[in-house]
Amino acid sequence: MNASAENAIRHGEGAPVAHKVTLVEAVNLALAREMANDDSVVVLGEDIATNGGVFRATVGLKERFGYKRVMDTPLAENLIAGTAVGMATQGLKPVAEFQFMGFIYAGCEQIISHAARMRNRTRGRLHCPLVYRAPFGGGIHAPEHHSESTEALFAHVPGLRVVIPSSPQRAYGLLLAAIRNPDPVIFLEPKRIYRAVTQTVMDNGEALPLDTCFTLREGDDITLISWGASIMETLQAADRLAEQGVSAEVIDVATISPLDRETLLCSVAKTGRAVIVHEACRNGGVGAEVAASIAEGAFLDLQAPVVRVTGYDTVMPYYRNEQHYLPQVDDIVAAVEQVIAL
Amino acid sequence: MKDRYELTVDYVRYLNDAGEPLDELPALSADADRLLDAYRNMVLARTLDQKIIALQRTGKCGTYPSVLGHEVIGTAIGQCMERHDVFVPYYRDQATQLLRGVPMVNMLLYWGGDERGSAGWELCPQDLPISVPIATQCCHAVGIASAMRIRDEKRAVVVTLGDGATSKGDFLESVNLAGAWHLPVVFVVANNQWAISTPRGLQTGSETIAQKAVSGGLPGHIVDGNDYFAVSEAVEHALERAHGGKGATVIEAVTYRLGDHTTADDATRYRSADELRSAWDKDGIKRLQSYLHRAGHWDADKEKELQAHCRDKVDKAVHVYLEKAPEPPVAMVDYLFETLPAALAGQRERLARKVEGVRS
Repeated sequence: MNASAENAIRHGEGAPVAHKVTLVEAVNLALAREMANDDSVVVLGEDIATNGGVFRATVGLKERFGYKRVMDTPLAENLIAGTAVGMATQGLKPVAEFQFMGFIYAGCEQIISHAARMRNRTRGRLHCPLVYRAPFGGGIHAPEHHSESTEALFAHVPGLRVVIPSSPQRAYGLLLAAIRNPDPVIFLEPKRIYRAVTQTVMDNGEALPLDTCFTLREGDDITLISWGASIMETLQAADRLAEQGVSAEVIDVATISPLDRETLLCSVAKTGRAVIVHEACRNGGVGAEVAASIAEGAFLDLQAPVVRVTGYDTVMPYYRNEQHYLPQVDDIVAAVEQVIAL
Repeated sequence: MKDRYELTVDYVRYLNDAGEPLDELPALSADADRLLDAYRNMVLARTLDQKIIALQRTGKCGTYPSVLGHEVIGTAIGQCMERHDVFVPYYRDQATQLLRGVPMVNMLLYWGGDERGSAGWELCPQDLPISVPIATQCCHAVGIASAMRIRDEKRAVVVTLGDGATSKGDFLESVNLAGAWHLPVVFVVANNQWAISTPRGLQTGSETIAQKAVSGGLPGHIVDGNDYFAVSEAVEHALERAHGGKGATVIEAVTYRLGDHTTADDATRYRSADELRSAWDKDGIKRLQSYLHRAGHWDADKEKELQAHCRDKVDKAVHVYLEKAPEPPVAMVDYLFETLPAALAGQRERLARKVEGVRS
């Protein structure tokens, strides 16, 4: 953590301060900001209090807000998920951390059968204003079970929002929005880019909108659609394509469910072509939903079939081979060349 | 050197099967009004139960789990809880829910396929709806208790579950957290001997269920779940501990599921008529009634009057339930989120149009 971010955490919100931070530091800034703003925000998870989280996303929070609001839990993911549900029904706004997405599955019964349904099944009498955070995705040479991208599992569940930041600024703004949202949010943090870049983030408490795609780069010839860590390769591919005279529009979906189809369809109506990039395996991935939405809503605008650049439909390989699994800039450029040639 | 850890679990009952005191009764036995209220609630719960089963058999209600054999446990819990405590039920807690102000119409609506059954609940609006996925409610209970602890409130949570639910991680993880965090929770396990067709003996090799409390550092007690005095005393004591910041308790209340698992089940496939008959001999409602008779608080006329009164109350609720029109179908999306996301607006519109088309 750099000095200015650490300073902000120690000395409170005060006037908006500009910080040069990484994505994981932006997560920390947002948590601190909202805990200072709202006493009902609490955080819980494994190793998050004294240790500050294995990625240090929660560092300094216990010292500042006390052990009652920053809770180290026993090592039980199902319990973490369900405890957060119980807290949320009583008006707290818990932000629960799963140490890695690969360990979230034990909590799925609580997430799917309770968090996602509480408002609906009580007709609004109780609801779950909670956030489940989890680092996800490959590319950091992690052990088995630490590299998967299974966001589509949660995107399929009605009642959940699934939000994925792709930069420090969006991590800050989207996490604030997720905590303030009165319904459950799965907030997936692409750990491959936790510390890849720094950005200036104004710690001013301003949230970014949920349920909205972000157009990161405008273009006329093709729409590149992605989210999370793959945004980095997608933007690099757009640079390469520009050198080749291809003008690519790049859209960060950010909230993969509920999906902002309008932004996607407007872009494809303009460019007539789309390539979808995601790390997760292809079969039943969120890319399929995006492609189907384009087929349903912009078929007559399409000049070529929609193409997906994704992980393979296999188990995430151990790290010696993970680069061959993850979509690379070359793969994206090649897909675009193929689509443009059609 | 060898250290030795002794685990003890007590088993408490006050009345024999005939309702005769086996020991000096706890102080609450002096409160005749309380005993009579308890008895009336048990009879009301059973009357409602029999009615809902009849409605299900005649196609007027969906699949339903009977409360038969759980009325004493549920009533004792409902009486011991303060209104500002939070009740976290599973699906055989009709007797408690009646005392927590859940209208019978709501219970009918819930089992009759209408989400509004878990809405409203004006007396205890923080109580959780019935949890269908087994044991998952235990985690909610410790979460709610954590919220109370964070806010320094003198409130407590009572969560109920069956014997089958104690095999699940949710229960064990929650007992563990309740011990580690010293939470104001009371776990009441209604051990009714059967998890659908799986008998208690196949559920766990543990001699008692109460001793599972010890793994989380909690006291565990066994009570006769058909003994109103024993259950009341145990729950009252556990709630006193919870309210007083002394932590959580597990109570195993031993009873018998006198009905099928649900109306979709046929228990004659897996348990004997003899076993069921002998379980009826231990029925807790009859036991309390005998006690009240003997104590001079009850007689045949009062019983007749009560039965008629309960039937009337239930019939009135059933009438309201049967007259109630279903929610408009768009309600299925309207309560998913606080604000309807743009992505769902089109689907809501299509659904509304389709419904309109069917009507016209």
